[in-house]
Formats: sequence, C-alpha cells, structure tokens
Amino acid sequence: MVTVRISDDALAIACGADDVAAAFERAGHVVERVSSWGMQWLEPLVEVDGIGFGPAAPADAQAILDGGADAICIGPIAAHPFIATQQRLTFARAGKTRPLSLDDYRATGGWLGLARAREIGPDATIEDVLASGLRGRGGAGFPTGIKWRTVAGARADQKYIVCNADEGDSATFADRMLMEGDPYCLIEGMAIAGFAVGATRGYIYVRSEYPHAIAKLDAAIRASADIVAPFVLEVREGAGAYVCGEETSLLNSLEGKRGEVRAKPPIPALEGLFGRPTIVNNVLSLAAVPYILAEGPKAYADYGMGRSRGTMPIQLAGNIRHGGLYETAFGISLGKLVNEIGGGTDSGRPVKGVQVGGPLGAYLHPDQFDIPFDYEAYSAVDALIGHGGITVFDDTADMAGMARFAMEFCAAESCGKCTPCRIGSIRGRELIERILARAPRSRDTVETLPQIHNAPTAPRALEDEIQLLEDLCETMKFGSLCALGGFTPYPVMSALKHWPEDFGVARVRAVETV
Amino acid sequence: MADGQSTRLDEIIADHIGREGPLLPILHAVQATFGFISEDARRQIAEALNLTRAEVHGVVSFYHDFKPAPAERPVLKLCRAEACKARGVEALVADAQATADGRVEIETIYCLGLCSVGPNAMIGKSVHARLDGPKLNALIRELA
Repeated sequence: MVTVRISDDALAIACGADDVAAAFERAGHVVERVSSWGMQWLEPLVEVDGIGFGPAAPADAQAILDGGADAICIGPIAAHPFIATQQRLTFARAGKTRPLSLDDYRATGGWLGLARAREIGPDATIEDVLASGLRGRGGAGFPTGIKWRTVAGARADQKYIVCNADEGDSATFADRMLMEGDPYCLIEGMAIAGFAVGATRGYIYVRSEYPHAIAKLDAAIRASADIVAPFVLEVREGAGAYVCGEETSLLNSLEGKRGEVRAKPPIPALEGLFGRPTIVNNVLSLAAVPYILAEGPKAYADYGMGRSRGTMPIQLAGNIRHGGLYETAFGISLGKLVNEIGGGTDSGRPVKGVQVGGPLGAYLHPDQFDIPFDYEAYSAVDALIGHGGITVFDDTADMAGMARFAMEFCAAESCGKCTPCRIGSIRGRELIERILARAPRSRDTVETLPQIHNAPTAPRALEDEIQLLEDLCETMKFGSLCALGGFTPYPVMSALKHWPEDFGVARVRAVETV
Repeated sequence: MADGQSTRLDEIIADHIGREGPLLPILHAVQATFGFISEDARRQIAEALNLTRAEVHGVVSFYHDFKPAPAERPVLKLCRAEACKARGVEALVADAQATADGRVEIETIYCLGLCSVGPNAMIGKSVHARLDGPKLNALIRELA
C-alpha cells in the first residue's frame, strides 16, 4: 500500500481528479487530497513518493503503481523546471499540504506570523508591513501598510477587516487556489491585520462561482476559531456581479445593498463597512502577510524591482501550453513568462497578443515582450498588471472582436451608477460594430434641422467613427467612478493601436498617443 | 404564497436576521430553497427587515444569481470570458445551442477561475473543464 497524493483543487476536480482518486482507493491505497502545485496542464496530477504523473486518467492508476506509466511521468515534481524556477513565498505550501489539516499548517510554519505580531505589538506589525513594500495585489497597487496605518489611526467602536475574494477577472485564479489550497494562510493574514488595527470582525467576500473555496473557508474558519480569537471571521457569498470586486461596491453588497460603487472620499479606511473604518485587501495581499511577519520585512522586500517589492503569483492562462500558477519576484519579462515558462500557445500557433490584468487590462503585442513585470513599467505603456493574470491568444484571435467584447462586458457588468460606464459601454459596443460593419452612422434628424447651423450634415466617415471611439474611451477613462468604466478603454484602445487591420483600418494616427 | 412556503421563508429569515447585513444571505437561502425569489417572498423579506419592497426588488434585480421566476429548463453555465474565448469557446456555442434545442438553458457567465484549461462550464456546483464539442454536447444531453 502506498500513499498517493492528488489535489482537491476545483480545477483538478473539473479535470477529473475525483475519479482518479477513486481508482486508487478502489485498488486499496491511501489517497491524500492535497493542494494543487499549480501545474494546471498536468491536472489531474498524481504524486507517488515525490514523483509526478499527469495528466492522469483513472485507467492509469495500475500502471502508475506498477511503475509503468512512463508516458505521463514527469519525474520528481519539486525539481520540475516550472516549480524549481519559482520563488514561492505566498504559495510555499502549494502541492505540499492538506488544505484543512491544522497539523500540516503548523508543521510548515503556520501561525508563526500571528505569534510574532502578538509579540511585537500592533504598531511594530504595521511598521513591518510598511517596510516590506507590500502593495495591494488586487490591481490598484496601493501600499498595504499605509492603508493599515490609516485604519489603525481611526477611532471607532468597531473596525472591520474585509477580504476581497471576488476574483472576477478572467485569467485569474490565484485567490481561488489560495483559498482552496491554504485557507489558514489567509485566515492568519486577516487575524494579523485585525490585531494590527484593532478590528475584531472580518469578512471574506467570495464570489458564488467558487463553491469549493467557500466550503473550504467555512471549514477552516470553524477549525481555527480558537487560534485567531478574539478575531471573528465569516464568509459572505457574492451573487454573480463582477463589479462587486470593486471595493466600495463590495462593501455595499456586504451591507445587503445593490453593489453600486460609492464615490470616494470618504475612503473605506475611514468610512467603510457600515460606516466604520475598514481594511479592504485582496486575498493575495493578506496571504503575503504571514510570511512578512514570520521572516521579517526585509526577507520579503529583497525580492522584486523598483517600487514593486516581493513576489507576485502570476497566473498563466488562455491559449498557453503550460498554464498555471507561477509565483516569482517582480521584474520578470512578459516574453519569458509566455514563451519560456508558458511554452507558447497550446494550439502551437504563433502568439498574436496577450492580455495582462484581466478584462480591464491592455492587450500587449509580442513586440512589447521585453517589458518587466512591474507596476510602474506597465502603467508607463498604458497597461496594467492588475491581479497578475495573463491570457494568451494565438493568431486566430480577432482583436476587434475582443475590443467589442470589452465594451459588451462592461455594459453587462456596469453597476449603473455613473454615466460614462453605463451608457458609454453600450455606445462603445455599437460604435465598434458600426466600424466593423463599415456602416458609419448617418446624421440624425436633429442634426440636419436648419436650426442646427454648425452641425455637419454629411454622414460620418470611418475616420470620424474611429475618432469618436477614441473620444468615448477618453471620457470613460477620466469620467468613470471606478476601474470598470475607467479601465475598459485599455483593452479597446490597445487592440485598436496594435491590430488596426482587425478593425479594417490601415493605420491609426491619433491613438499613437494613447 | 402557500402557507408552507411562507413558514419556510420565516425560518430562513429568522436564521439570518441577527447577522450584520442579512439581506444577501437571506436571498441566497431563498434562491437555493425555492429556485427563485417570488414577489411574495420579496414582500415578506422587506417587511421582516424593515425595508421597502422597492429596496428588496432593487437588490434582487441587481445580482445575476437571483432569479425573479423559476427556471423553466435545467441550466448549464458556460464561461465566455477572455481566457475561454482564447481557448475556443465561441466555436462551440452554435452547436451547443442546437443540442440544447430549447430543453436546456445555456447561460453565459464570465469566469470560473479555471482559465488555463477552458472552455469551462458549471452545472449546479459542479465544474467541468477541457470541454470540446462532443464533451459539451454530452453534458447538455445529460441535462435535457
């Protein structure tokens, strides 16, 4: 009888891990369900004595046990180049521990961060987070320590720690993997945050598309309640609204309201959940904290480049051969991520473009592949790293179609609070459709009235429509309340800039500046 | 609303009313229990939480997960976000609709967080990855 390790991560299950596990159990072996290593193209990945086999089917079980499954054997998992070249701080336990085992968690350094925070006190804890250079991993990149200090300095009868686990961006799954694979790490991070700022209640707002994560967190919160006390935690389930990943609409949703964005100020750090001072941090920001406290801020800040310190769990997705979770220090080039680590496209065709940062991130052309993974480097070229998701497209992709989809998505998910996003997205979609159909809008009745002296009466030309799209994007970018309307122009304008031929336009002049 | 349902609803409300911000947990429980959130349920919830019916209606209609009427057909949620598009989900849609033939509702959702192994779908709480035409159509036929 041997011990077989198979992940119980939602992705592994979706790929058939439960059936594979059952096949080993039927053969009389012990199956340990562990977290996922993050080598998703190999799921379901079977581990026997450190040797990996994947992707495995139930029928492979006997051959794996007999030592005959050479075709799917990848050798020692920890030595696999995809794993060995990573710098895993936040995902140090990935693949190695049983997600809900408190023994496993403690044996791998769990709760050391919380213990040290309690030892050095709230102020020194916040100083450590500041010194680590940790910035919000949800996308905005705001320094986490400054947010904490603001909440700590606010006076109120109740403060809250809210974990934003509404990971709605396509190509992102690091939050899900952490919640499913290492839930105590997130709980510890939140408990440290609560201790540091004097908050006794925490909420984890998880999207409803993640039922496995919700179940794991519920169980983990019950099992660790005594350890984090007096801090009390609760999971709240989202209800299918993408915009609730925006921190203020998330707070409204938690309060039981429509998930509409709030105007800032006041900032949530001062008037957040139920009007109380609230930390709203992404899963990955909070999960980075136990390491920072346990190993010291310098250990974390030693990784990275410029003002982007530490590591980023990067998610390789879309049409990519080796998709999965790749945690590494900031500074790695996009080309290395896509071509070397990711192995190029899954279809084997040339890479046409990649979208970094989810539905609101810019499309980057292979010409830009030397760009280093760094908040500032990306914003310098009108792109964003967002939550660190990378979607690869091969040369069959229709980038004009993707630009139209960006507007369509914004229209479907807009909360409706501000006009540039609510109306602009719909007009944007119509405009792109007219550009693609080569059907510029004719002047409407009002415009042709004799009273309207200075309105042009000729139908719009294609150039006018393009100009209008640029103007619309400008309005959305600067006039929207939150990132949904404000960042939707990034994928649209970057697609138009790099692949004008997909729009049937020879070359775009004015967008060179965007 | 039948008395039995109204009683069950009272129980759900009682379960959650002591929590901070109880409306979403209540609506989730109602949706899970009855499959939709009826006009009567909205009225009863509004009364219990001291909200207006308009406020409750506003919340129900805001979120994609809450349905005002029962589903007429079994539902398959198909991800059509960027990563699944990059992996070819759009090419499967027309055929899937033909297979569903009005007997299964194919609902578009955006992202299940399985973005390197798409196209992906969700039925209830079970997730399915690496779908191609035959696999997706088999899932649909199973539901129909």
